[in-house]
Amino acid sequence: MAFISPAMLLLLAMSVFPLLWALYLSFTDYSATRGGPANFIGFGNYTAILTSAQVHTRALTTLIYVVGAVGLQTVLGFGIAYLISRRTHGRGVLTTLFLVPMMLSPVVVGLFWRFMLDAQFGVVNSMLGSVGLGQVEWLTRQRTALLSLIVVDTWQWTPFIMLIALAGLTAVPKYLYEAASIDRASEWFRFRTITLPLVWPLLLIAVMFRAIEAFRLFDLVYILTNGGPGVSTETLSFHIYKVAFLGFNTGTASAYGILMVLVVIVLTQFYLRYLNKLKEG
Amino acid sequence: MAVSVDEAVSTGPTRDHTPPARRLGGRGRSVLEVALLTVLAVVMLFPVLWMIETSIKENRDVYAIPAKFFDFKITLEHYKDVFVDPDGGRSALSVAFLNSVVVAGVSTVLATVLGVPAAWAYSRFAVKAKKDQLFFILSTRFMPPVVVVVPIFLMYRQVGLIDNKLGLILIYTAFNVPFTIWMMKGFVDEVPAEYEDAAMLDGYTRLQAFRLFTLPLLVPGIAATAVFALIFSWNEFVFATFLTSSDDVRTAPPAIAGLIGGTTTDWGLVAAASVVFALPVLVFAYLVRKHLIAGVTLGAVRR
Repeated sequence: MAFISPAMLLLLAMSVFPLLWALYLSFTDYSATRGGPANFIGFGNYTAILTSAQVHTRALTTLIYVVGAVGLQTVLGFGIAYLISRRTHGRGVLTTLFLVPMMLSPVVVGLFWRFMLDAQFGVVNSMLGSVGLGQVEWLTRQRTALLSLIVVDTWQWTPFIMLIALAGLTAVPKYLYEAASIDRASEWFRFRTITLPLVWPLLLIAVMFRAIEAFRLFDLVYILTNGGPGVSTETLSFHIYKVAFLGFNTGTASAYGILMVLVVIVLTQFYLRYLNKLKEG
Repeated sequence: MAVSVDEAVSTGPTRDHTPPARRLGGRGRSVLEVALLTVLAVVMLFPVLWMIETSIKENRDVYAIPAKFFDFKITLEHYKDVFVDPDGGRSALSVAFLNSVVVAGVSTVLATVLGVPAAWAYSRFAVKAKKDQLFFILSTRFMPPVVVVVPIFLMYRQVGLIDNKLGLILIYTAFNVPFTIWMMKGFVDEVPAEYEDAAMLDGYTRLQAFRLFTLPLLVPGIAATAVFALIFSWNEFVFATFLTSSDDVRTAPPAIAGLIGGTTTDWGLVAAASVVFALPVLVFAYLVRKHLIAGVTLGAVRR
């Protein structure tokens, strides 16, 4: 097909071929800096990764981060969307204002929060101080560093959930509410039996999308905490980077990457299946 | 009378004078909702406002403890530093901005040129295993950049594309093509195929029919799609930071990130550079606000 093949060729060259190369390297002990021939070592890299306590720690960190950030975003985003949908005036302005964080580059977001969360001259601690609360070393304590990461991600991506939830909320037909109010249904009953069931499918799409994105998070970690303190904010993506570019274990990093890709593919399949069902239904 | 959760909350603060609150229940709740929205909006926008404020503060005020919110001297020194080197001449940052314009611009044009015809073909023709192909295309977009960057790095090292703008352009094009196809397929689907059929009955070829009748109707959609591709490439960080190193090639995101590190960080400069970097994105995003949902979900959700 003359119209499709150029695009397909590019994707094959820039996405599929690199992945196949990574797949090959994942069975070898190749190192990008040492050079020399790549020795075939079978599933050695895979067993090493799957049994590594280090990797398990990163998997747990990633899980906490994904569940925490996406959960917070969903609750906040839906809440804001619900409040906006009940307004008749200024909806457009409000929506536009709320969307700003989402459009910013993770670099800008990461740098700026790093500045605001600075323990000495950060504005967050300054505000805490002025209301008589103690100072917090946000990015240099283990617990608060991961919390900070979750908060910053939530700040950036709550608008995403809000935007999609708002689309769902405004698409709910008015006559359903009118019928319900004729029946003197309570507001909570209306929310539970009309709003939520109608918005939920679309909201779930947004949540799954965010979960996939959060699972592969790298840049925000790199800028905000650089994985530290210790390894407390190292996500799986960040760990792969360290293995590949600081440890130069290209083979191991490739196997690690392939495993991550497998997870992403499974998640994406769920997402696309669900999306397809929604479109047809 | 049934009491909802929201009402239960909203009557909380006004419990002392219950009768009027009950009569004005609707309005009291409305005021509370507006107040809540305002607080949320302030929280969401504060970091952005603080960034703008920091970018026009003198260094003394930037590091003031406690932080100064209003009583600071305004200076445009940081903005000058973004563009002009202390020794005169162009600054490294301004070169990086120019690189970003080139890389994002060219990759967007390429992705559009490759993606639009493909989207049209997927929309109009019976392609074998169409659904599977489209799923495959979108899947490539979900690959973790850090995983892809390792083999891409090795591949580029072989062919000399490391620290080369062309290398970045190619990878950004590859990442924007799936998005362009998905987004544009939606727009093409909205144009009735009958237009082209009618034109072909009049003796035009399929391609002429597309070019003369469908393409003009797609222009707004193409523009919106291109703007999103532009924003994605402009904001991209992972590939930019691992595939480039020299000041001549580096794009703005790694250049701005490079401002921190070392012992001291000129946060005023970081803020000014961030504002200059983010401003075009916000303007562009505002222009395509109608298509924002489709854009940010990679064309998957359309309303």
